Amino acid sequence: MSSLYGIREYSKIVEIKGPLIVVEGVSRASYDEIVEVELSDGTRRRGRVLDVSKNIAIVQVFEGTTGITTTGTRVRFLGRPLELPVSEDMLGRIFNGLGEPIDNGPEIVAEEKYDINGSPINPAVRAYPEDFIQTGVSAIDGMNTLVRGQKLPIFSGSGLPHNILAAQIARQATVKGEGEEFGVVFAAIGIKYDDYLFFRKFFEETGALNRVAMFVNLADEPAMIRLVTPRVALTLAEYLAYEKDLHILVILTDMTNYAEALREISSSREEVPGRQGYPGYMYSDLASIYERAGRVHGKKGSITQIPILTMPNDDITHPIPDLTGYITEGQIVLSRDLYNKGIYPPINVLMSLSRLMKEGIGPGKTRDDHAQVSDQLYASYSRGVDLRSLAAVVGEESLSETDRKFLKFADLFEKKFLSQGIRENRSIENTLDLAWNILSEIPEEELTNIKEEMIKKYHPKYKK
Amino acid sequence: MVVKGRISRITGPLVVAENMTGIQMYEMVKVGEERLIGEVTRIKGDEAYIQVYESTTGLKPGEIVEGTGSPLSVELGPGLLGNIYDGVQRPLPFIAELLTKTSPKRSIFVERGIDVSPLPRDKKWHFTPGEIKVGDKVSGGDLLGLVQETELILHKVMVPPNEFGELTWIAPEGDYTIVDPIAEIKSNGKVKEIYLSQRWPVRFPRPYNLKLDPSEPLITGLRIIDTLFPMAKGGTGMIPGGFGTGKTVTMHGLAQWSSANVVLYIGCGERGNEMTEVLERFPTYKDPWTGKPLMERTVLIANTSNMPVAAREASIYVGITIAEFYRDMGYDVLLVADSTSRWAEALREIAGRLEEMPAEEGYPSYLASRLAEFYERAGRVKTIGNPNRTGSVTVVGAVSPPGGDFTEPVTTHTRRFTRVFWALDTALAYSRHYPAINWILSYSAYVDTVSEWWAKNVDPKWKEYRDEIMDILLRENELQEIVRLVGTESLDESDKLVLDVARMIRDGFLKQNAFDPIDTFASPKKQFELMKLIIDYYRKASELVHSGIQASKAKEALGRLYVDIVKARFSIPNDKIEMIEDLRKRTLNSLDGLKSKEVKSA
Ligand SMILES: Nc1ncnc2c1ncn2[C@@H]1O[C@H](COP(=O)(O)OP(=O)(O)OP(=O)(O)O)[C@@H](O)[C@H]1O
Ligand SMILES: Nc1ncnc2c1ncn2[C@@H]1O[C@H](COP(=O)(O)OP(=O)(O)OP(=O)(O)O)[C@@H](O)[C@H]1O
Ligand SMILES: [Mg+2]
Ligand SMILES: [Mg+2]
Repeated sequence: MSSLYGIREYSKIVEIKGPLIVVEGVSRASYDEIVEVELSDGTRRRGRVLDVSKNIAIVQVFEGTTGITTTGTRVRFLGRPLELPVSEDMLGRIFNGLGEPIDNGPEIVAEEKYDINGSPINPAVRAYPEDFIQTGVSAIDGMNTLVRGQKLPIFSGSGLPHNILAAQIARQATVKGEGEEFGVVFAAIGIKYDDYLFFRKFFEETGALNRVAMFVNLADEPAMIRLVTPRVALTLAEYLAYEKDLHILVILTDMTNYAEALREISSSREEVPGRQGYPGYMYSDLASIYERAGRVHGKKGSITQIPILTMPNDDITHPIPDLTGYITEGQIVLSRDLYNKGIYPPINVLMSLSRLMKEGIGPGKTRDDHAQVSDQLYASYSRGVDLRSLAAVVGEESLSETDRKFLKFADLFEKKFLSQGIRENRSIENTLDLAWNILSEIPEEELTNIKEEMIKKYHPKYKK
Repeated sequence: MVVKGRISRITGPLVVAENMTGIQMYEMVKVGEERLIGEVTRIKGDEAYIQVYESTTGLKPGEIVEGTGSPLSVELGPGLLGNIYDGVQRPLPFIAELLTKTSPKRSIFVERGIDVSPLPRDKKWHFTPGEIKVGDKVSGGDLLGLVQETELILHKVMVPPNEFGELTWIAPEGDYTIVDPIAEIKSNGKVKEIYLSQRWPVRFPRPYNLKLDPSEPLITGLRIIDTLFPMAKGGTGMIPGGFGTGKTVTMHGLAQWSSANVVLYIGCGERGNEMTEVLERFPTYKDPWTGKPLMERTVLIANTSNMPVAAREASIYVGITIAEFYRDMGYDVLLVADSTSRWAEALREIAGRLEEMPAEEGYPSYLASRLAEFYERAGRVKTIGNPNRTGSVTVVGAVSPPGGDFTEPVTTHTRRFTRVFWALDTALAYSRHYPAINWILSYSAYVDTVSEWWAKNVDPKWKEYRDEIMDILLRENELQEIVRLVGTESLDESDKLVLDVARMIRDGFLKQNAFDPIDTFASPKKQFELMKLIIDYYRKASELVHSGIQASKAKEALGRLYVDIVKARFSIPNDKIEMIEDLRKRTLNSLDGLKSKEVKSA
């Protein structure tokens, strides 16, 4: 054993198993401590301590254990948890999944260093999110409003246009009455190179690159690093938001890859598996990422999170979307049916939800009719969709006249309200007026979610 | 003697310490140099297995573990109301205040190893001694005096449950902190000081004299609950539902509007913002029963999903012990826990680290007995002590089944120990029918218990109307099966009427928008009048249909009145209930017109 400034080195590896190595003879290693593994050929890898007893430490090696031998490998315990040096200059830069620059730019001069695990925000200092973010997308702004400080994931399926939608949101997102643009922290978690390139090009083309920090772990890079990447990204986001007063939009893609890495490490440790092999603590683990969003009293900045995940087999009850939905403040669900109908964005509004919508809308924020119009769109569209399946059985002609109007409404809703261009940026007034236009196709007495005075004020029949 | 040992292993929230001979099961211990709080959950030889209530990052084998000599306990006394605590009763606003001074950059976070007392030590309370006199024999629960804790709640200062003896001194009326003695009791020659506060171990139910059957409804202002599936004071209930189906909104509604004196809101492994919402809104909302700010009757316990998982396991015991304390004063207490599934998962995680044999879905085999013990702490009781008091603890737990599947262990076991089942339905939530409580799957064992109260306080016909609403909904459910196969055309006219009226019930009665200022709370009277409006229409229309008139004609005859009926829930406020009666008359009259027209044309 050698010891220098709290750094200790050992070389007795007694077991190698999946991404784990078991080191013996270790004294005073600490839980969650970071280690450096030096292979016999001199290459270095990083890892962290998952379990420690009096003289044994179980270490998870981020870059995997391929090529590690029980002899000739040296393991250095660095005496601290994994930390990220942070600085405002990190905006505009590109990093690997562990937070090291990979863009050949100048060295980052750290202003602070923080444990990437962060600490839970004290609920007593949180400020409830309530600033309306206009994304310019009708299905979101009108019916699933995003607010500053919210965590709102996109539940997608493979091949659906979630990247395009996320990019459109990142480009168009503005807070009414404020010129200031969002800083973006982007974490690529095990995604394909062309998905990464899409985002990179997009940020370049929109001239946004200098307000984006990218943390990149690609599909062909070590899976264990994926457990670190979102935490590194959020550590920077917290620093920028709560110490540098910036409004930060965090995009995490793809959380499904993260969860799979978590499952891998859990099964290497032979833990009792929960549903579909994912560990029983996946809920708490995911929460330790998603809860790092919000606003707090006394600080100007905020963190708004848009995690993206692909639902295996488009199944929303799969543990990954299921546990995510239990943590996030709603979800935007993409639908393959709508996509196949040629509708962009193919948002299934009925399955989507924004839990923070109510505080972000209304007079002074959007418009006084917003809540009721949204309720009515939901009620009418869901009735229309129900009737579609009924009509498929009994035939459209055996439906009542009113029912046929709801059928027509459902079509109009998808073609006129939901559908929009990839570069089409609708103002909220625009979105709501559009909603009234299609609502006017159903009989006025069926608008049971809207109060009389709003009908008088906005219904095309009474307007002008 | 204080037990002192050393850490031998750390794995996640579990720490093993050796050299711990003499430590008690469930004793609270201080772990490591930072003196993190932990609790002993298993003893093996000289080893103690400890669940640590704070993050264990950085802990090393060899660091010291020290016993405290007592089990995890809460501090009970004035100052609880209006406060927000973490899972082991550390006051969160105070932690923030402290950190603002010591490390301002990190003050928004909950850092580790912070040792703060639950109740303020320096705050003075105005104490008025009760009727009790020096020389009296006293025992647990006897009233010593009163402190006005908040405008809303008069705090009864009681002899702690396990104390008895002769009162040798009682403090005169005046201002005291919780560490100033306010009385002395002598027993077996020893004198014991009594304070405004007392401690109680959270895993032990506080004693009571006698358990009574629930008798009164806990009015919640939510129509589907009060009218169809009522809760009773001292009862138990559960709200299972997939994500986004409305558990939390319902819990917030219960905490806001219930006719309870004191509310315990436990955020157990849920979102930080949901606690913030309560914290920010409740002080501005008024208790509908007293007109006072709601926060004055509320205690919050917050272990959000990103806070340490072991403290999640403790949080519900901390909450229920505080609830029992106010029950002992003679109050009706409501405790809501959102979500008990996260508590069960914490139990599972710790059992897993202890390498216990898992039962269903990895949960330990004692999941069911733990749930039973927890819900058993609910109830209406005759308390210990003089003067006689009755108080109650009503417990409602949210359950978050994976994939919304009600056959999983936490849902199925909770069902065994609770008597009200409010089943949330993903399909209803997707179509924005809120509250998304499924009226076919839900039930309450208290319908008969509370019907007497309704008959006496609202209307003697309550039960009759309520049952008729239920019948129509059940009939609609059967008819829908048929409609799905062959459409509505082939139905009888009377069945078509059932479908029309059922839609009216769904839209005009069952739906209730928690965010609409008028709709959010319906007084018992308003609930009854709305129900009567719809049922009286149904009865009269039914007669007409039996005499050969088409169901669609009945609906047409209503004309715009139909809209008025279904909008009445959010257009007629609680203090203008006579408008519903007026609407009812017009509704019935509109059908008269139909009768005479039909007769004429015949
Ligand atoms: N009674 C209601 N009135 C209006 N909206 C409601 C009502 N109940 C639920 N909602 C809507 O549904 C959303 C989700 O409800 P809620 O947060 O209570 O779900 P939950 O069951 O607690 O979900 P989770 O398990 O993920 O915490 C709310 O944000 C709100 O938009
Ligand atoms: N806001 C208040 N301020 C002062 N005293 C109160 C307040 N609310 C209730 N009390 C008193 O606390 C006691 C218990 O209140 P509660 O409302 O449970 O009474 P109860 O149920 O009608 O009576 P009992 O508990 O004897 O059956 C009663 O003595 C009541 O007078
Ligand atoms: Mg909830
Ligand atoms: Mg009482």
